[in-house]
Amino acid sequence: MALTDEQARSLEKHAEAIRETIITMLVAAGSGHTAGPLGMADILVALYFHILKHDPKRPDWPERDRLVLSNGHICPVLYAAMAHAGYFPVEECLTLRKFNSRLQGHPERLRLPGLETTSGPLGEGLSQAAGMAYALKNLQPTTYNLQPRIYCLMSDAEQQEGNTWEAAMFAGKNRLAGLTAIMDRNNIQIDGMTEDVMPLEPLAGKYRAFNWHVLEVNGNDLSAFVAVVDEAKAIYEKPTLILAHTIPGKGVPEIEGDYHWHGKPPTKEEGERFLKQIRHA
Amino acid sequence: MLNPDAKLSDKVFSDDIPQASTRDGFGAGVVEAGRNDSRIVVLCADLKESTRAEAFEKEFPERFVEMGVAEQNMATVAAGMAAAGKIPFIASYACFSPGRNYEQIRTTIALNAVPVKVCGMHAGVSVGPDGATHQMLEDIGMMRMLPGMTVIVPGDAEEARKVVVAAAVTDGPVYIRFGRADTPVFTTSETPFQIGKALVLWKPEDGGRKPEVAILATGSLSYSTLCAARALAGDGVETLVLHCPTVKPLDREAVLEAARRAGRVITVEEHQTAGGFGSAVCELLAEHHPIPVRRLGVADRFGQSGTPSELLAHYGLDAFHIAETVRALL
Repeated sequence: MALTDEQARSLEKHAEAIRETIITMLVAAGSGHTAGPLGMADILVALYFHILKHDPKRPDWPERDRLVLSNGHICPVLYAAMAHAGYFPVEECLTLRKFNSRLQGHPERLRLPGLETTSGPLGEGLSQAAGMAYALKNLQPTTYNLQPRIYCLMSDAEQQEGNTWEAAMFAGKNRLAGLTAIMDRNNIQIDGMTEDVMPLEPLAGKYRAFNWHVLEVNGNDLSAFVAVVDEAKAIYEKPTLILAHTIPGKGVPEIEGDYHWHGKPPTKEEGERFLKQIRHA
Repeated sequence: MLNPDAKLSDKVFSDDIPQASTRDGFGAGVVEAGRNDSRIVVLCADLKESTRAEAFEKEFPERFVEMGVAEQNMATVAAGMAAAGKIPFIASYACFSPGRNYEQIRTTIALNAVPVKVCGMHAGVSVGPDGATHQMLEDIGMMRMLPGMTVIVPGDAEEARKVVVAAAVTDGPVYIRFGRADTPVFTTSETPFQIGKALVLWKPEDGGRKPEVAILATGSLSYSTLCAARALAGDGVETLVLHCPTVKPLDREAVLEAARRAGRVITVEEHQTAGGFGSAVCELLAEHHPIPVRRLGVADRFGQSGTPSELLAHYGLDAFHIAETVRALL
């Protein structure tokens, strides 16, 4: 179902709030990743506030949809979305990367209810998501439409990991239609632009060759993203990859598209400036 | 004398003692586990015959998952399945799993604390003709360092069966190490097995007499150690043989008791002398009962092609060399 104007406005407000939380938590943490979380804020909002079948009060609900974050380093956006969705108090976001915090520098499943897995080392999320989809599809006799759906968020640069393609092969072979992978195609990685560091294109063609259904979307357009996820749900024969083109640093014009912001946090002064830019976007 | 409580095979020292590989025990055990619990699934990386996973496939085709030659994916898919309520056993050669997919096991299985059972086949030099690439000698060390990981090396096919059945009902991840070669089946269905418990196989004839040395062994070399103990007893040298299938958690009480009784210890394993079972014993004794320890294993070398018996003799791991090591200590 396409978003109504009212729904779209509501999601946009959530996205703004989550971007503010991301900046605030990164400034407090003094380390962490900025560009990816900002770029993925719209997608996380769409998932937690519209798409996912989930219940923050029952994080172990067996019938919930699963959201597997493969590129764990963008966890500030995951934590911010979970907090705003009601999994834990938003103030707790300020404990990111601190001693004894449930919000580890890279997500740890055992520490925070609602996390589906532990991640950070790249290229492992798609396999785990495929394992979940396989367990729920092939190993349990449930009606297709009632099965939990598995969403795997992954980065573009982790397509350079061989493990990713082993997973793509497995999911294609087993026609894991319950699996939707969402790739953050933001074109940056630590050492530069992906196409300079180690070219990935043609990504759509590669996944199609692995027997996936591939859709492309502007990942910073909430309505378009929701529509494309709906389209993925209608594909019964194959897993679906959504190539979500996002702008790293989205919402803070002065850093948008700059790979230098992949792995560093804003200083206090930068944070204040970024928050203003987010509010005036 | 043989420890009667170990209820070993009547044929323990006969020439016609039945032979089977510990991987055969995996095949039998995982089928048994699969009958006991429908959550058991088996994943295999293009090695279903030689890992014996095909026994499971035959009985439970819908619960067997062929992964192709992709050990990293096998470990991580299993982690996902476990998170979704399954109890996966993943089977490949130890040099590939955990050899190749160690980081996947560390992050998505151990740190994630999901009940995946990693089954490493063809461990040790007794793989034979395949040579060094396929003779995994570092896996015990790799796996016992992982927090929360149980590490077990069965002594024979019958014990391997019991280990697999026990691992299936153990919370959390387990690493089980299996061998390729047929070895004597010296235990019986009556032989006690419990994860974390060691078993005395041989002790001095006179219960009150102090053994000259305690020989602690893991895996199928426990049988070679038993044969060495018998030969030594024939020469009037009394020893204590402690079979330690569980390397982690080590049976601390049994190891300390054996060390206190004998006053010196030899460890035997088909693994690098660094980091493995002998190291685990030394770590315990260094802190709680420091006494001389001699570690038998492969000492900072790789394996090579040959027959299992040639290789075990070459690396000093057959009954003859174990007995010689004891004599040299006296």
